[in-house]
Amino acid sequence: MATIAVDPREDYLLRLGDDALVLGQRVSEWCGHGPVLEVDISLANLALDLIGQATLLLDEAGDGDQLAFHRDVLDFRNCLLVEQPNGDFAQTIARHLLYTTWQHMLLQRLQQSSDKFLSEFAHKAVKEVAYHRDLASEWTIRLGDGTEESARRMAEGLAWNWRLIPELFEVDDAMQAAIDSGIAPDPREFEEEYRAAIASVLAEARLEPPADQRPILGGRRGHHSEHLGHLLAVMQFLPRTYPDAKW
Amino acid sequence: MYTTELQKTGKIENLEDPQLLDAFEARVAADEFIEPKDWMPEAYRRTLTRQISQHAHSEIVGMLPEGNWITRAPSLRRKAILLAKVQDEAGHGLYLYCAAETLGTSREQMVEALHSGKAKYSTIFNYPTLTWADIGAIGWLVDGAAIMNQVPLQRTSYGPYARAMVRICKEESFHQRQGYEIMIAMANGTPEQKRMAQDALDRWWWPSLMMFGPPDENSPNTAQSMRWRIKRDTNDELRQKFVDVTVPQAEFLGLTVPDPDLAWNEEKGGYDFGEIDWEEFYAVVRGEGPVAKERMKARREAWDDGAWVREAADAHEAKRKQRKAA
Repeated sequence: MATIAVDPREDYLLRLGDDALVLGQRVSEWCGHGPVLEVDISLANLALDLIGQATLLLDEAGDGDQLAFHRDVLDFRNCLLVEQPNGDFAQTIARHLLYTTWQHMLLQRLQQSSDKFLSEFAHKAVKEVAYHRDLASEWTIRLGDGTEESARRMAEGLAWNWRLIPELFEVDDAMQAAIDSGIAPDPREFEEEYRAAIASVLAEARLEPPADQRPILGGRRGHHSEHLGHLLAVMQFLPRTYPDAKW
Repeated sequence: MYTTELQKTGKIENLEDPQLLDAFEARVAADEFIEPKDWMPEAYRRTLTRQISQHAHSEIVGMLPEGNWITRAPSLRRKAILLAKVQDEAGHGLYLYCAAETLGTSREQMVEALHSGKAKYSTIFNYPTLTWADIGAIGWLVDGAAIMNQVPLQRTSYGPYARAMVRICKEESFHQRQGYEIMIAMANGTPEQKRMAQDALDRWWWPSLMMFGPPDENSPNTAQSMRWRIKRDTNDELRQKFVDVTVPQAEFLGLTVPDPDLAWNEEKGGYDFGEIDWEEFYAVVRGEGPVAKERMKARREAWDDGAWVREAADAHEAKRKQRKAA
């Protein structure tokens, strides 16, 4: 059974790997239920990329399947944003915009990581994530600048997820150790650029940015929202029910 | 995936210009492709529209039983493979809707026909996926049966349909392999996994045989469809071929095909098999399958819940054009 990682590199791999796994799992819930066939295909593409990223990262951290299917909530290191429920399509798009804009800026910098694996991973994933960010930006603009209803829904989707942005830029002790060792970029260095990039998409979407509020933190240390436990219950049930089985 | 009503060609009316009709039939008989702008008899157009749209609907409804297991796939690798497979099905649906649109019916009209219950889709998707072994069984049996049906359609007379089938068949063989690979893991796994594998075969065997449609003697329009090269083999021929290929695969897995009448017939060089429950087949065609209501509800909800998204995309496009013009 996996225990809480203490090694800064392993902890960092889990943070990125769990982000990809949990977001991939969430996006895959859409499969077969999208608003139009082309969107269904795009969402499945996003989920596939994310599950692929999670597999690389978790396999580097240890045994990927063991980590994905046999840890409980307290050992998951993903940020709170990615575990948020899909809600309607606008809420899904808002979550994807806020996360992948951050992820893309992070991966651009992670390409210069002193860690060979992370640098190579970032080179590969940055291309995928550029597409994710563009797709989420385009839909944000379409929905924000579409009908009255779509603008209202898009604003609600952003309002739901907005409070979880500060966690993306939080640097706790484990993160600081990863930064100090040269394997991870310091996210605070691109917070301003991030805020500007989101503001520019929202301006084109003719949407007001929601008001900032007191940050909600804790995901990186295993203190999650109530949503993650349910996601894991679904995702993990087979390997946990039949621990000796090979699939 | 495949369409239930290959056998139905509708009423064939010969009210067409006999000269055009003769020329058309000669082209088809010479195995030429008919293209969207070519003259074609109305009955041919109608039959193909129905067949291709049903095939497209089957792909889309077929995403649901397997989609039911994406969030519960038991390993990262299985999750990725299943996602890719279900995504392929969405892609197949898309090419097929596009192929059907070349015959003059819009995708919206086809989707409405599905949601109103007017259009059919493959009976097989009205059965539930209860365990992970069902994902294996669907790939192995359902995609296996679909391949049997679809390989000949790569030479069907309507060009856009035939070309769509070439792409689809390539992907279907990957689907079947991944399904069989799941079955191998399950059949060689723990006692619980073996139980799931056998149970899945028990439930999916007969519905898979039904996928080929009613027996030839109850498929009165087969002759016309074969003459027009919309269909290239009879239902019973394809069913026999499927049984002959699949039984040894079940034996390799160490699983028992749920048919006490199954026996090798040396003389015909194929298997004899038991009577299919046609009453069940026709009930499922009528929309009385075990999860038919769930499938239609899921499709209608996806469509209705997505209406505001489609409207927003249209409204945004119109605004953008207007601003560009201004």
